[in-house]
Amino acid sequence: MLSSKHFFLLPALLTLVAIILFPLLFTVRVSFSSWDVFQSGLDFIGGSNYVRVFEDQRFWQSLQRLSLLSIISVSLQYTLGFALALAVWKQVRGGRLMRVLFLIPMMTTPVVMSVIWRTVFHESLGPVNDILSAFGVGPVPWLSSATGAFISVLIVEVWQWTPFMFLLLLAGLVSLPKEPYLAAAIDGAGTWRTFWQVTFPLMAPITIGALIIRLIEASKIMDTVYVLTSGGPGTATETSSYYIYIRGLRDFQIGYSAALSLVYLVIMIISLTIIAKLLLRMLVGKDE
Amino acid sequence: MNKVYHTLKTIFLLGWSIFVVFPFLWALTTSFKDANAITSGATYIPWVDFEPSSQGWTSLFTTGSQGINIIGPFIDSAVVTLIASLVSLILGTLAAYGLSRFEYRLGFVKNSDITFFFISQRIMPPIVLAIPFFLMLKELGALDTIFGLVLVYIALLLPIAVWVMTDFFSGIPKELDEMAMTDGCSPIGAFFRVILPNSVPGLVVAGMFCLIFGWNDFFFAFTLTFTETQLLPVSIVSLNSSVTPWWSLSAFALISVAPLACVAVIVERYMSRGTMSGAIR
Repeated sequence: MLSSKHFFLLPALLTLVAIILFPLLFTVRVSFSSWDVFQSGLDFIGGSNYVRVFEDQRFWQSLQRLSLLSIISVSLQYTLGFALALAVWKQVRGGRLMRVLFLIPMMTTPVVMSVIWRTVFHESLGPVNDILSAFGVGPVPWLSSATGAFISVLIVEVWQWTPFMFLLLLAGLVSLPKEPYLAAAIDGAGTWRTFWQVTFPLMAPITIGALIIRLIEASKIMDTVYVLTSGGPGTATETSSYYIYIRGLRDFQIGYSAALSLVYLVIMIISLTIIAKLLLRMLVGKDE
Repeated sequence: MNKVYHTLKTIFLLGWSIFVVFPFLWALTTSFKDANAITSGATYIPWVDFEPSSQGWTSLFTTGSQGINIIGPFIDSAVVTLIASLVSLILGTLAAYGLSRFEYRLGFVKNSDITFFFISQRIMPPIVLAIPFFLMLKELGALDTIFGLVLVYIALLLPIAVWVMTDFFSGIPKELDEMAMTDGCSPIGAFFRVILPNSVPGLVVAGMFCLIFGWNDFFFAFTLTFTETQLLPVSIVSLNSSVTPWWSLSAFALISVAPLACVAVIVERYMSRGTMSGAIR
């Protein structure tokens, strides 16, 4: 029975199922095969790819690195984005211009900007070390040392995605009700107390939403790393996506990379669900 | 106390503005340099620090072995992004309207589960889908074609459109549809004559997010196209790994981020009117 309500939903649903579901099921099937450069095709080798995943130190290290990178970068983005939103929320001179300016980085293509950042962080010809040398610091090995490369990726991520936090949080601030602020003013609460007792609790739902969205996106990070450091030096900035990419599309171990990517997907879903639950409990005070 | 606070705020805003603008300014000066100006270390002000040259920009529009062609990738990027965004926006808007107005049931699957299915696709890391997409497009003969990429990008953008529009429609009162239907419109007629004209702010926000994520994608374009179809992000990365000089790279980068940087102006307008808040929750 097709009625008009199906006219609305079915086209989108069928399109998405057709484009996503087949590849996903196919990945599951491939992960039980030994498909690689020497043997292309779907044989069946049971769960040995999965056994290999659990013994693969390089994968688990990339996962740790990814967690560290996403948690630090998203916290920085949130703090800075919130501070910026609060700063331009009330009228400031040049506020409109600044709001437009602050949004621009999230509109730019990550890989394209990473190409520019590479020249910015260049050890001998880049401006960062040039400016630092004027203060007697340096030369800092930005992209050629493990710590430097990690910090560079962090800086680029913060530059690129703080605008997204800024956008969500400012939109939240603009739509806050006026009454609680009047009440706080009557009680004689200062700026600091008003923020912690009025603004922050009212912003809790949007805070949770913004953090979760950004953590989801950050868990997929790969473009920036690919251009900026190629996962190096060594494996110092190799994230899980990038490692799976190397195994799958460089070494062409199709079967093994399928198993890796499914384990990665399941871990992501589980940990993001736990984080969402924890955030809800911390910021709203109760479960659900 | 208030004065200290005010000064700190100004310093913070100024500092952040400089941080945001810095890579663009650096790319702009670099694009006017030549080999001498680059290798002598970091310099900033044209005419004072170095003699400007326009070869970075002219090389992008010359053909032949000396030139770097930016026009082809620019057109490919624009075509793929626009078609995929448009299709996702149409399908996504219809689905979001359906999900906000009718009840669907398929066994234990309800509306909220279907909405979740759409949105949850955003959690999928591109790498999980890359290899099956590759094999699927090969089977369809659509590798390295605009059609193949459009297909993949629809899967990428459709969840965004559904997500933004579902929130938007839940903010439009149902009485509006009912009024149209008592006036003799069918449900489909009510949607097109009454709801759609009132949905422009939501459509703008959803369309804008589709454009951003479509135009800025690198990974799928990188794994699914080679020579026939080339998108801007892929061409700049291949230039980056060859011996392409910094001045051409910088000019190339500036041209490829320029179209969307302009979108920021539109976003700001919608945000300060407060229409954004409903659409992005």
